[in-house]
Amino acid sequence: MRDVFFPESLEALWPFLVEPSRALLAGGTDLLVKVRAGRADPSAFICLERIAELRGVREGKRDLWIGACTSHAELIGHPLVERHLPVLHQALRRLGSPLIRRMGTLGGNLCTASPAGDTLPPLYVLNAVLELRSRSGVRQVPVGEFITGPGRTRLEPGEILAGVRVEKPAGRQVHHFEKVGQRKAMAIGVASMAALLRFSADGAIEAARFAWGSVGPTVMTCQPAEALLAGERPSREVFERAAALARAAVAPIDDIRASAEYRRTVSGNLLLRLLSLHSVLP
Amino acid sequence: MEIRFVLNGKETRLDTAPDRRVVDLLREDLGLTGTKEGCGSGECGACAVLLNGESRLGCLMLAAQLDGKTLTTIEGAAGDGRLQALQETFVRCGAVQCGFCSPGMIVAAADLLGEGPEPGREAIREGLSGNLCRCTGYAKIVDAVQAAFETLQGGPNP
Repeated sequence: MRDVFFPESLEALWPFLVEPSRALLAGGTDLLVKVRAGRADPSAFICLERIAELRGVREGKRDLWIGACTSHAELIGHPLVERHLPVLHQALRRLGSPLIRRMGTLGGNLCTASPAGDTLPPLYVLNAVLELRSRSGVRQVPVGEFITGPGRTRLEPGEILAGVRVEKPAGRQVHHFEKVGQRKAMAIGVASMAALLRFSADGAIEAARFAWGSVGPTVMTCQPAEALLAGERPSREVFERAAALARAAVAPIDDIRASAEYRRTVSGNLLLRLLSLHSVLP
Repeated sequence: MEIRFVLNGKETRLDTAPDRRVVDLLREDLGLTGTKEGCGSGECGACAVLLNGESRLGCLMLAAQLDGKTLTTIEGAAGDGRLQALQETFVRCGAVQCGFCSPGMIVAAADLLGEGPEPGREAIREGLSGNLCRCTGYAKIVDAVQAAFETLQGGPNP
């Protein structure tokens, strides 16, 4: 039998973290599956759901702060997320199933650090900064540095992911997330892509950001494709070149869901799909 | 540990291992076998229950998490307008085949009914996408959920 602790504040949480064999429990949709399958064997659970400081969405002048223990369903229903972060909103709606979204949390998705985590590509293109807290203080780490490999993060012992900070995008932008899977719900992505395009007043692409899921050990990005598109007017020709760069940049593997070659092709095709959005190619 | 919660409308106090899964607590300790276990990993939705009126998976929740909460299972349908309406339309529309998925389907649909206006067939399908029916009786399940919306909103009721 394992104990289950319910600290109700961060202050009350810290003493529980002195024992590293205890596991932090957020939504439980990954951890409890692993425990049951014998792939994790914590000595006790530290349940985070009653710590109010880790929940909710707060609006600042320039940014939004999202508490790590906010559930996916709460975020989908939150007007600030829908208005300011459409790329994240679209991905949340494709994550797991309605039942999983009632339970799983944004912080849990990040700390699980799966290459297929659906919220990760949007958080990469939004340049999310993660707020890590411990008894001794706070540090801010960009999402791309936080995740170091499949299932691996920079969280130190005694430290938790408290929140995610994202700047509110300004100006004319196109947000897009698409996941290719074997079915719509509960599908681990074969490949997914988040894109954020910022347009200048004259209709040229001012900046482009792309991130792919399930096609490498962590989320994959492609700086050359982003640089190629910056300053260009959207056209099939320039997107074809960007898609070729993306296919070269991703590092997929063969597995039960798809072959590496298929994933590489789809990664580029997902970028080309942007051309079918009316907002990109009017 | 001792946990206190409201189970199907009744104040309940019991002593249990804190890490007991809610689905085991219900089925094995309390004899409430309406809640089913399919996959045990959150993929099939057979163990769905309502926690404070919202759907949760009984296989991915620990008994200790119930403390102070309100839990409704399919056995509590008579005391919950949404569950009751759905139970009736599931019967009327022939949405039950082997019946194993029905409690989870009804709970997931009740969560959807709580969210506001009639969602349309596509949104109902999406709302039930975390629940598997191995008899593949989905068309009639969607019919039943649609009918329950109509019942609750005072619409056509054949």
